[in-house]
Amino acid sequence: MSHKIVSKSKLSENVFTAEIEASLIAQAGKPGQFVVISINSEYSERIPLTIADADPEKGTIRLIWQRVGKTTAELADMKAGEKIANVVGPLGKPTHLKNFGTVVCVGGGIGNAPLLPIAKALKKAGNKIISILGARSKDLLILEDEFTPISNELIVTTDDGSYGRKALVTEPLKELCQRDQKPDQAFVIGPAIMMKYCCEVTKQFNVPTQVSLNTIMVDATGMCGGCRVEIEGKPKFVCVDGPEFDGHKVNFDLMMKRLDAYKDQEKKAYEQYKKHRCKIGLA
Amino acid sequence: MTEKERQQLLKKQKTGELKPADRYKIPPQDMPEQDPVERTSNVNEVATGYTETHARLEAMRCLQCKNAPCIEGCPVQIRIQDFIAAIADGDFKKALVIIRENSLLPAVCGRVCPQEVQCQQKCTVGLKFKDVGKAVSIGRLERFAADIDQNEGGAPAVAPETGIKVAIIGSGPGGIVAAADTRKAGHDVTIFEAFHKPGGVMVYGIPEFRLPKAIVQKEIDVLTKMGVKIVCNFIVGRTRTIEQLMKEDGFEAVYIGVGAGLPRFMGIEGESLVGVYSANEYLTRANLMKAYDFGKGADTPIALSKKVAVIGGGNVTMDSARTALRLGAEKVYLVYRRTEKEMPARIEEVHHAKEEGIEFHILQSPKRIIGDQNSHVTAIECLKYRLGELDESGRCRPIPIEGSEFQLDVDTVIIAIGNIANPLIRQTTPGLQFNKWGNIIVDENCKTSLQGVYAGGDIVLGAATVILAMGQGRIAAAAINKYLEKKPKSHKKPG
Ligand SMILES: Cc1cc2nc3c(=O)[nH]c(=O)nc-3n(C[C@H](O)[C@H](O)[C@H](O)COP(=O)(O)OP(=O)(O)OC[C@H]3O[C@@H](n4cnc5c(N)ncnc54)[C@H](O)[C@@H]3O)c2cc1C
Ligand code: SF4
Ligand code: FES
Repeated sequence: MSHKIVSKSKLSENVFTAEIEASLIAQAGKPGQFVVISINSEYSERIPLTIADADPEKGTIRLIWQRVGKTTAELADMKAGEKIANVVGPLGKPTHLKNFGTVVCVGGGIGNAPLLPIAKALKKAGNKIISILGARSKDLLILEDEFTPISNELIVTTDDGSYGRKALVTEPLKELCQRDQKPDQAFVIGPAIMMKYCCEVTKQFNVPTQVSLNTIMVDATGMCGGCRVEIEGKPKFVCVDGPEFDGHKVNFDLMMKRLDAYKDQEKKAYEQYKKHRCKIGLA
Repeated sequence: MTEKERQQLLKKQKTGELKPADRYKIPPQDMPEQDPVERTSNVNEVATGYTETHARLEAMRCLQCKNAPCIEGCPVQIRIQDFIAAIADGDFKKALVIIRENSLLPAVCGRVCPQEVQCQQKCTVGLKFKDVGKAVSIGRLERFAADIDQNEGGAPAVAPETGIKVAIIGSGPGGIVAAADTRKAGHDVTIFEAFHKPGGVMVYGIPEFRLPKAIVQKEIDVLTKMGVKIVCNFIVGRTRTIEQLMKEDGFEAVYIGVGAGLPRFMGIEGESLVGVYSANEYLTRANLMKAYDFGKGADTPIALSKKVAVIGGGNVTMDSARTALRLGAEKVYLVYRRTEKEMPARIEEVHHAKEEGIEFHILQSPKRIIGDQNSHVTAIECLKYRLGELDESGRCRPIPIEGSEFQLDVDTVIIAIGNIANPLIRQTTPGLQFNKWGNIIVDENCKTSLQGVYAGGDIVLGAATVILAMGQGRIAAAAINKYLEKKPKSHKKPG
């Protein structure tokens, strides 16, 4: 059973989105859950991607990914009409949705993608949403348009000041926490380092914070333990116990080291792929 | 043995004149295998299998005992003395037919069953020589009969369609057998498998060099030919629940064969460092994801290890250690807290591991794993152990020797101390009963606490064996067929 790419487009230089046929997952998926895909069954690696949106009627799910290595590059080179061999899910525990009051949703880079369905659902659950979206520069900012209608307040930051406020997301986050009416809950999704610093801020102000972790995965059913992280010093499996955790309890330093475990090999594979693309005239 | 002697034996066998004394004189036949040094640089099967000559000689060692004690030792009661007689007579086809009466996966079982604690342990010949190693090599003969089969992929007959839908969850050995047996009764059978390839532990866990994937694929092909539908990338409990399958999708009976599937860690310091793997992860990367071909096509990486410590003493431990060697490790230590005698691994695997140069560290166990400033493993600190009284498992309890700490420099640690039950089905199936270890409770027919729901294999038994999983798949299928026969017809809806 392979999955057709219904449509595909580019959100920024290195970020892509596609709508993919997966009717059972579209029906069963809930905000916060993800899928694991592999492009073919023999040699492709299995990578987790968040379900950014689902259309149960049409039987499609929407994926958003950043081109960072061989598999994501290969996916970026695929066209509408082509097929992905394996898409499995929905995986992980859904977001715990309730009316917290005021929720600050902080997204960094590609993290805006997994954050979007959660922010939408939180809005629906009656929360006041303050969104902080960060990117390195204007071209790399994604999904601003989709956050606008659901946010009571929207703050955009860029590292280089090319758009919005020139700041890291932690700055406005801290200011929000310093307000008389500090947020009741935070959701932070982005690069590990950004989640780490955001959690340091919210911890200081006692604002409960959920993070969604994006570790390396293999099976994503709890069978291998490759996705494990330390939560209060105890191993937890992101694919079944997460992907969301209390950000104040996560050992981000160790998680970042584990994310880099195959850095050199991955780089090599990506280089090889880029060379191969040149040869076959894709680039 | 000279060719002339062999011909004489064969002649006597034919005329029925072969006496026990003649049989005892035939030396046990070794199975040809790849050279230990050569084979560690490839992933091909280590043991290459009996030739016809070996097989017939080995088969003539069997005394054809009236009471055939070997059968008692076989979890699925294969008519062992009869299939061996057929091999001795040169009627290999007949041998396979006899085996297939009771076992659906002879090519697999011949390779991976722990024969030395099953059929071969009871064999009269081994008892006579007071050495289980000299018993008739029943497993090797089973493998021979299965491998030589030319009638590839001939599918068993299927009864007329009943239109009743049966769901099999998990495509391990238990699931495969349950699917085949319910399909034979004419039911509309679908296997749901979480992974992108069917086969369970036989494809993601047990390595190619011990169980070639083509053999498992052949069995899967037979199922497809019989008309069993196989749906991969489908996680029961997530994609659909058992309740949805039964209430909304029209499945009238379900077999749960999801395996053990949750790796045990030791709970020691440093277990989350970079370079520490569960055996499940290490083997899945290496086997299913073909990490040994990384950079040559395969996209899944694995540690480029130099010195590896593998913790444990079972088949999984041996498989991990030998895989590490094949992935280029210079030194592989196997660290086990009891002695070789207590190791649960098959004797053949222990023998092969040693032959390939795996260094055994018995009566030792890690106390903590040590890493550098980058959180990469650099060493393990071990404690030495001695054996104490027998414990509940019937083995001597290992007791740590205080102050015996020492370090072993390694860059990779693979933890292979077993699996526990994956909680997904438990969390998503209300009313299904489990014991305190999370294993599904079943009766003697493998029926669970839920109407129409059966279970078997590792999720019921705890980590067990291929043959036990297969046996339960068979019992469950028989019970399902009976249950569906009795179920009021009005409930049956076609399609
Ligand atoms: C490395 C290793 C070596 C071994 N060596 C030997 C040996 O030499 N001899 C021996 O007899 N035994 C051996 N075993 C044990 C043997 O493999 C198992 O006992 C046997 O495979 C169990 O069979 P099973 O039918 O329970 O299913 P499994 O083989 O465990 O397969 C279960 C399947 O179910 C799938 N699944 C799980 N959850 C779901 C879900 N929710 N929805 C859909 N699908 C799901 C899994 O992906 C898997 O494919 C070994 C095990 C390992 C790990
Ligand atoms: S016990 Fe041994 S010798 Fe006797 S029938 Fe069985 S295999 Fe043959
Ligand atoms: S990815 Fe294997 S257990 Fe989570």
